[in-house]
Amino acid sequence: MGTDLRLDSVSATMILVITGIGALIHVYAIGYMAGDPRYGRFFSYMNLFVFFMLMLVLGANYLVLYLGWEGVGLCSYLLIGFWSDVPANAEAAKKAFITTRIGDTLMLVGLALIVFRFGTLDFEAVFGAAGTVLTKDAATAIALLLFAGAIGKSAQVPLHVWLPDAMAGPTPVSALIHAATMVTAGVYLVVRSHVLFELSGVALTVVLVVGVVTAVFAATCAVAQQDIKRVLAYSTISQLGFMFMAAGMRAYGVAMFFLVAHAFYKALLFLGAGSVIHGMHDEQDLRRMGGLRRLLPITFATFLVGALAQAGIPPLAGFFAKDAVLEVAQHTGRAAVYALGSIAAFLSAFYLGRVLFLTFFGEPRSDRARDAHEAPPVLWVPLAVLAVGAATAGWLTLTPEGRLTGFLEGITGPTPAGQGVAVAALAAVATVISLVALASTWWIYGSGRVDWVGFRERLEPLPRAALNGWYVDRAYDTALVQPAKAGAWITAYVLDARIIDGAVNAIGGGVKLLADGGRHLQTGFVRSYALAVFLGAVTILVYVGVRS
Amino acid sequence: MRQHLLTLTILFPLVGAVVLAATGRILSDRDARILALITTLATFAVSLLILRDFDTGFRGYQQVEAVSWVRSLGLQYLVGVDGISLWLVLLTTFLFPVSILASWKVESNVVRYMIAMLVLETAVVGSFLALDLLLFFLFFEAILVPMYLIIGGWGSANRVYAAIKFFLFTMAGSAFLLVAILFLYARSGQPGPPTFDLRLLTPVAAGLPVQTARWLFLAFFVAFAVKVPLFPLHTWLPDAHTEAPTAGSVLLAGVLLKVGTYGLLRFNLSMFPQASTYFAAFVSILAVIGIIYGALCALIQTDLKRLVAYSSVSHLGFVVLGIFAFTQQAVTGGVLQMVNHGLATGALFLLVGMVYERTHTRELADMGGLASVMPVLLGAFLFVVFASAGLPGLSSFVGEFLVIAGTFAVSHLFGALSAIAVVLAAIYLLWSYQRVAYGPLREEHRHLPDLSGREVAVLAPVLALLLVFGVYPKLLTRSIDPATCAAIERVRSSQTCADIGSAAVPAVAEGRQP
Repeated sequence: MGTDLRLDSVSATMILVITGIGALIHVYAIGYMAGDPRYGRFFSYMNLFVFFMLMLVLGANYLVLYLGWEGVGLCSYLLIGFWSDVPANAEAAKKAFITTRIGDTLMLVGLALIVFRFGTLDFEAVFGAAGTVLTKDAATAIALLLFAGAIGKSAQVPLHVWLPDAMAGPTPVSALIHAATMVTAGVYLVVRSHVLFELSGVALTVVLVVGVVTAVFAATCAVAQQDIKRVLAYSTISQLGFMFMAAGMRAYGVAMFFLVAHAFYKALLFLGAGSVIHGMHDEQDLRRMGGLRRLLPITFATFLVGALAQAGIPPLAGFFAKDAVLEVAQHTGRAAVYALGSIAAFLSAFYLGRVLFLTFFGEPRSDRARDAHEAPPVLWVPLAVLAVGAATAGWLTLTPEGRLTGFLEGITGPTPAGQGVAVAALAAVATVISLVALASTWWIYGSGRVDWVGFRERLEPLPRAALNGWYVDRAYDTALVQPAKAGAWITAYVLDARIIDGAVNAIGGGVKLLADGGRHLQTGFVRSYALAVFLGAVTILVYVGVRS
Repeated sequence: MRQHLLTLTILFPLVGAVVLAATGRILSDRDARILALITTLATFAVSLLILRDFDTGFRGYQQVEAVSWVRSLGLQYLVGVDGISLWLVLLTTFLFPVSILASWKVESNVVRYMIAMLVLETAVVGSFLALDLLLFFLFFEAILVPMYLIIGGWGSANRVYAAIKFFLFTMAGSAFLLVAILFLYARSGQPGPPTFDLRLLTPVAAGLPVQTARWLFLAFFVAFAVKVPLFPLHTWLPDAHTEAPTAGSVLLAGVLLKVGTYGLLRFNLSMFPQASTYFAAFVSILAVIGIIYGALCALIQTDLKRLVAYSSVSHLGFVVLGIFAFTQQAVTGGVLQMVNHGLATGALFLLVGMVYERTHTRELADMGGLASVMPVLLGAFLFVVFASAGLPGLSSFVGEFLVIAGTFAVSHLFGALSAIAVVLAAIYLLWSYQRVAYGPLREEHRHLPDLSGREVAVLAPVLALLLVFGVYPKLLTRSIDPATCAAIERVRSSQTCADIGSAAVPAVAEGRQP
């Protein structure tokens, strides 16, 4: 089978993220998973994941990409449900696989369309001929079908529902698969296929809209979560929205840059959260934390770097990444995108500030928080390395031509430029927004002057709705799952069992009646029934044969 | 010997059956099992020689053997193999020793059971290799008797109902088939000596009036559609599968259903090409309905075996859809799917049987948590679940994708609709796996043993092939392609294979530019 691989600047960037951050997470997992009865199996799944992820980004055609694409989905399934003795974990694993499979299947249909139009799945052949082979509509169809795969894999609205539940997996899994690498595969797919998206035009708009909607929507959910990992999950969904926002504005280099920066600080945040969970003996509820900065100083320091990085405090990585996206939006005259992006950025700083203050500041709010212990070196060393990355990854674009985006330009094309407010002014505005958000979380959660539990209750039912992801899951259940179950039930037990098989049995019964009636003529043996049918068929066909 | 490999493959099991019958009284049950196992292994070895001698560059029938029997009546023994039947024969000879080994725990009437199995093998292999229509019909009918006996004799509670239903459905279909064959035979006799030779009957069929050819197509079609089974002729299948003993289910799903799809491809397409195009839309609609209908039914089953049975209805719909798309990709994909479904669903039934032997239940509600006590068995189960769900790198994916892509070239609608089943398959397979493997474990299941050495020997070869064919499908496609190409060219007489997208097949299978 076609194992054609190819390395270019985009895949090179991806493999550095996968292997670099992947290695750190593996080191972390050595400590985190210690004592697990299926320790070996865990690492074999993790390595299998890395293999498929590398196939995904190194494939020179859509077939190898799809092999990796489904392979990482498999590993995701295996690892989310790793502790499968808890039914909810198995449920989450299944939900993740099936939800993403909806997107994958549409993507598969897209691949079928590509084969139909091009006779090949090879990247170079497809992108080279696309301009002459495809009409605008055909390009739109293919691009949107591919994007459906990206929506599933990267947990964008409306297929985002699996990612928060996927936090059932061990924390290193969340960091590697559900933050740094697999979920960014959708971004990679769009960047890789940007020729098709640009031919369509409409498809790019769809990417942009989905990105913006997801960025804002998921951020509103993150604000209300009580589970530290679910905050980060919704945060990941939101940040992936930013990447699609960039891609939707043809700023593919910026999308990739965001991807790299995000991989650093989000992996750091997840591993930091894992260290907190580990130190508190599997406690994940923010309401029972507090005051941990004294007991877990290293975790606190590194988590702080990650949080500030994502919140957009200069000169950390997230500041540059987010600003690059907002800058493109502003400079290409997309005021609405700029405004909504800024709102999402505000919320992002807000929910991270909330986690920061609820976890590490104030007084411990449970016995577990009082007895928490710092992580061993095998856990905190990777945190420290990632913190350095999260702090400095933004400098990858600091030179005038932009080092990373310049490196990628051969594949992605230049970042769209335009006229607009000066970059420094935009950066200042963004920084102020972040600082205001952090300050307000300090006021609410850190200053001790606000009763934040009561504050939340006064806002009900909004926090509850946001906590439940605005009830999208419930809506899907009502609108899709239950009707499908009912449909399947009717098909199996009414249509199949009663009507079709009923008719069969009725015919059988009729023949039996006839046979009973003519018992002296017929024996009642199987072969007699067969004979009757047989003679009937002979009669019909002889008649037809004679006529023709 | 080299010239008679096909005949040897057909005869070996029959000889084994005769020996068993003759010496049955003095054999212990264990001897009977071992004798049957050796016979089927030897048959498999002989069939591998067919593969060795097979010329992948040749499109038509090869290794043909013809022996005239009654010359004046045109009766003869005529067998031959092409790229389509080659893999179905190998699938059959491969699954039989696996099934015998899986039947080690059959305790009642062992000798008779093994005789039935061996006769069944001869009948199935003969069906795939016969190039003479009468000979084909004899083998085709001969399948019924041992299968009927296996279901009715060694099945579970409701076996008699299931066996009779199976028998009547198939018998009703084959009545039409026999009449159509006799009709063609009669036509071939004017002028010249009459014949049942498929190669000679093809031009005869081509000379028939359009209406007649359509009726004959339908007669063949009904016989094979029952066997496939195609919606709405499928209701015998869930009953037969559920009641049959494990090996019966394995062989039913693994090879018997393929006789139906093989018949459509071999006889309907080649003898009635115009009628095939005329009915293509009709057949494709039935296939698409079957694909979704089977998956929906599988979704809601509470009996694990019935669930797998309905999934077969869905998967076989894929095969038929591919065959009647008449594009190289789709037809090759269809043939691949026959082989892959045989392996994957065969393996599923093996595993369900192993679970049943331990828990004595097929009800999903009575299982749960088994992964914690039988990690190896459930690990193998998960592997097969993903193979069956069409995960790339495992066997079913390539066939499924080729069918979808090849159908897409003809009808976007059918292509897209059939893709729904890809999602549904993941849902019913993972859902049922979750209910078997995860969740709370029942107290009485706490001490169930994991796979025995024998069971590992049963499963390992099947699982290995699922992986090999998934990673390297070219192993199959390079011999399947020429044969499907020949079949399609007959239907699309104005075009050569290259015009209808054949060039893309190796490219897709290998993932490179043509």
